[in-house]
Amino acid sequence: MPTVNVDQEYLFKALGRKYSTDEFRELCFEFGIELEEDTSELAMAIEQIGEAAARAQGLSDKPLYKIDIPANRYDLLSPEGIARSLKIFLGQGKPPAYTVRKPKGGKLQQIIVKKETAQIRPHVVGAILRDVTFTPEMYDSFITLQDKLHNNICRKRTLVAIGTHDLDTIQGPFTYEALPPSQINFQALNQPKALPCPELFEHYRTKDKHIGKFLHIIENSPVYPIILDAKRVVCSLPPIINGDHSKITLKTKNVFIECTATDLTKAKVVLNTMVATYSQYSATPFTVEPVEVIYPDGKKYTYPDVAPRRMEASIDYITSAIGVKLTPAEVVHHLERMSLGATLTKDQKTVLVDVPITRSDILHACDIMEDVAIAYGFNKIPKTLPAVNTVGKPFPINKLSDQIRRELALAGFSEVLPLTLCSHDENFAHLRQPDNGLAVELANPKTVEYQVVRTSLIPGVLKTLRENKSRPLPLQVFEVSDIVERDETQERRARNERRVCIAYANKKSAFEIIHGMLGRVMAMLNVPTTQYAIRESMNESFFPGRRAEIVYNGNVIGHFGIVHPEVLGHFELALPVTLLEMNLEPFL
Amino acid sequence: MTSSKMAAAATSVSTDDLAQFILNTLDRDGAIASSADLRFQGQQVENQALHGALTSLERREMITYETIEFDKWVLTAEGADIEANGSHEAKVFNAIPADGLAIGDLGKKVGAESAKIGQGKAFKNKWIGKGKDGKLVRLVATIRDVTQEDLATIKKTHAHSDAKVLAELKKRKLCDKEKVTHYRVAKGTHFSTVIVKQATDLTVDMLLSGSWQNLDFKKYNFDALGQEPSGGHLHPLMKVREEFRQIFFEMGFEEMPTNRYVESSFWNFDALFQPQQHPARDMHDTFFLKNPATSNRFPKACMEQVKQVHSTGGFGSIGYGYDWKEEEAEKLLLRTHTTAVSSNMLYKLAHQEGGFTPAKYFSIDRVFRNETVDATHLAEFHQVEGVIADVGLTLGDLIGFINVFCQKMGVTNIRFKPAYNPYTEPSMEIFSYHQGLGKWVEIGNSGMFRPEMLGPLGLPDNVRVIAWGLSLERPTMIKYGIDNIRELLGHKCDLEMIQKNPICRLDKKMGREN
Repeated sequence: MPTVNVDQEYLFKALGRKYSTDEFRELCFEFGIELEEDTSELAMAIEQIGEAAARAQGLSDKPLYKIDIPANRYDLLSPEGIARSLKIFLGQGKPPAYTVRKPKGGKLQQIIVKKETAQIRPHVVGAILRDVTFTPEMYDSFITLQDKLHNNICRKRTLVAIGTHDLDTIQGPFTYEALPPSQINFQALNQPKALPCPELFEHYRTKDKHIGKFLHIIENSPVYPIILDAKRVVCSLPPIINGDHSKITLKTKNVFIECTATDLTKAKVVLNTMVATYSQYSATPFTVEPVEVIYPDGKKYTYPDVAPRRMEASIDYITSAIGVKLTPAEVVHHLERMSLGATLTKDQKTVLVDVPITRSDILHACDIMEDVAIAYGFNKIPKTLPAVNTVGKPFPINKLSDQIRRELALAGFSEVLPLTLCSHDENFAHLRQPDNGLAVELANPKTVEYQVVRTSLIPGVLKTLRENKSRPLPLQVFEVSDIVERDETQERRARNERRVCIAYANKKSAFEIIHGMLGRVMAMLNVPTTQYAIRESMNESFFPGRRAEIVYNGNVIGHFGIVHPEVLGHFELALPVTLLEMNLEPFL
Repeated sequence: MTSSKMAAAATSVSTDDLAQFILNTLDRDGAIASSADLRFQGQQVENQALHGALTSLERREMITYETIEFDKWVLTAEGADIEANGSHEAKVFNAIPADGLAIGDLGKKVGAESAKIGQGKAFKNKWIGKGKDGKLVRLVATIRDVTQEDLATIKKTHAHSDAKVLAELKKRKLCDKEKVTHYRVAKGTHFSTVIVKQATDLTVDMLLSGSWQNLDFKKYNFDALGQEPSGGHLHPLMKVREEFRQIFFEMGFEEMPTNRYVESSFWNFDALFQPQQHPARDMHDTFFLKNPATSNRFPKACMEQVKQVHSTGGFGSIGYGYDWKEEEAEKLLLRTHTTAVSSNMLYKLAHQEGGFTPAKYFSIDRVFRNETVDATHLAEFHQVEGVIADVGLTLGDLIGFINVFCQKMGVTNIRFKPAYNPYTEPSMEIFSYHQGLGKWVEIGNSGMFRPEMLGPLGLPDNVRVIAWGLSLERPTMIKYGIDNIRELLGHKCDLEMIQKNPICRLDKKMGREN
């Protein structure tokens, strides 16, 4: 979940009143965001680097709210967005109407797309904010929002990358090209001089990890995407870095925003979010100048599209899904509090919603219904019980497992719950077993010892015994749980199997005790001795001559015996262990 | 007497004989002022045996006794030697004849040690001096060997009237202090010189013979712990699971077949309307499989609908507007939530013979997250999930239902916060008020499944599905006061924790709650 830091004073000013921490937390709770912390830049730094170091940095102790935002609400990723939405939620304002305004003379700025970009990053969209007055606070917000968008909807710049420029330093028409790195040489943002692209990349790779982590997105491509102005000044090398030439400063008046992308839908959302958040700082607030994108096939598109999107939902659907009685007018009122423009059809049966560009999260009437429910208040909805009559029923293998678990506990054994994931060695070599190809292998574990899904309960049980060596003897434990084996007959090419493992550890081995436990389990499963047998086995996990396989209806369903001393050694156990493992599923 | 000799003497004394001796002594003398004076079979009685006999008699209320503790001074080996043969300085004095003694000869007469220590001391006492010829000569006619006298007193009385003397002699390692315990014994309320044999347990013989009626039963020590039973134990996490299962059964839920850890991205994500670029689908959070890596065996008709609703929309939705790829859906993984099974169950419910019927499903089973393990995170844990599907369900039904469910869990003060989840809309986080922390804490998630999710699974338009979920470990850790999840699930858990934890009472305070 993204977190946004909002200056308390700014927020209180926007909302027209002061809030105590608890009051503000409640407001957030109702609206569906979360006040994570009431803090300050200084307090956060103190927490991270300690009092002395933090104070030495001269950070501000102005009160700051750290607010958690739902992952699909890009419009709330800035202080501006949060303040505006809360204000409207509190009934203190209406959502702004965004309009496009062509420049004097009507000639639009153009971005001409070259066909080579199709190989690497095929889409570009753009917009221009005119006569903007930057303040230091707005400048911070402007930079931070791009960062938040890059980290969230842009999926760390893989899907979309934003470039922002001082339009007065560059000149259209712009071209969006893809060039071999050898032909790229420019002064990147905050670099002292122009560098050939390979050198620039080497610099980021070794000296600037914040940018270096994005190199992989284009590095292996023969051509890199690049935006150039009419005089071939490099505006940006997306998704890596902008040019220094066109960088935004506090003096910038006209802002050119371009977003390059592999996902056009998201590029439009990102552009709209930038426009929606910062057009309020234009001389004519909430207006934006469009940019024309011309593709190699001659197709022309104009961005941004700030027209609201029309959706509809029936009043009956909304009220019946929530379970409240609301008049159509009330529905409209609630939607307006959620920044959604709403009108009713003549018959009052349907609400027409004009979804503003800020609300890309609205995909379906159910999203409209939810906003009505939020504005109404989840906690005011009358509590009812579903009138669904059904019969309760356990899953058969779980029921059987529980019955056997109880019997094993009654027989004096204690239940353990080791993990399902283990290392390849634990599952095979440590048990003196060859890899039988049945184990499901993990591709990307963060923890190195998680390599396979266990195909036997034995490793986990032995590890549990190892951790409990100092407990009074004997150790008597069991587990009834699933192992996983690859199985090509299954849709997911693997299947779980419910197994029972019973282990006894003491100063001497106890073949008879475990043999007795097998008898007990079989007796409890009501399996007569005529239906199962044990016979000496050659299972390498066990001690020769003290190992047996369990045969039920002609199939081997398990093994038991004295654990082989080498196996004990692998699991760092100096105690003789006798154990049994068998499949429970044949008894269903 | 050395301790080993005492032990040997003690073993030869029977407690019964000793007890009888104590009773006889009391009968004769009326009381025993100090056990120090007792002589049993001509020997002093060793304390451990004596204590055994006394407690046994006291339990029968035949005697009362109290402990007298004091310090006893005894001589060290060197002290004993001086007590017997005189101090070093006295030895030196006595060794010097009337005509003096050459210094070199002193060692030969009294030994090197006495010569060395005694000479200085004798000089200091002005007992001896140096003659004109350099020989040692007596300066006085007679001496009084105070050290020897003091040691003799200590030997005899185990004490000395002058504490300074004791301190000085202790410093010189000539004597030392021992703690001594004696007992003062008096007659008890049931004093008698006859010890009646006491029974500890009621036996078959007693019942047969009727002897229990005349027997004296040993008094039970109610302060001692009972004997621990030798039975087995169920794991606390599974005890909590059982309680949740009971709640679900009470409310008419059917358990889902969740015995399937390996899932396709299709059922785990795509069928849940979770877009393919969703962060949860990153390699960081999900265990993808190397072997087997993919499966394309999901129902193709359903897949086509899922593809359409993601990329261009459908079922009333505009969709996400991206290029949905089948390869992504084919990636196999370890399920990240049990909802992967729920989506499959809903598909089956829609496609069962005769079509959709209302259903209530639940599951409690393991899920996997590619997390870095710490005190609150494991790569595998258990999820509790409930799903209700019927025509015309409402958000009020979900809220009302969770309320009843939580009441059965003993959680009475809950409220709901709007949240985001790709497959539910509305989505609600469930919060409960935590008295100890004095704030609202999240205990679970809930919501109404999106029409975009239900449509492709084949469910009729008017069917709504409500669902909620929570973790099993969290309430278990709260109820049992366990701070580290690794001590609950996995091989690092302590058998004593499993054995000592009580039954789970979700609806009652267990007294260990975190």
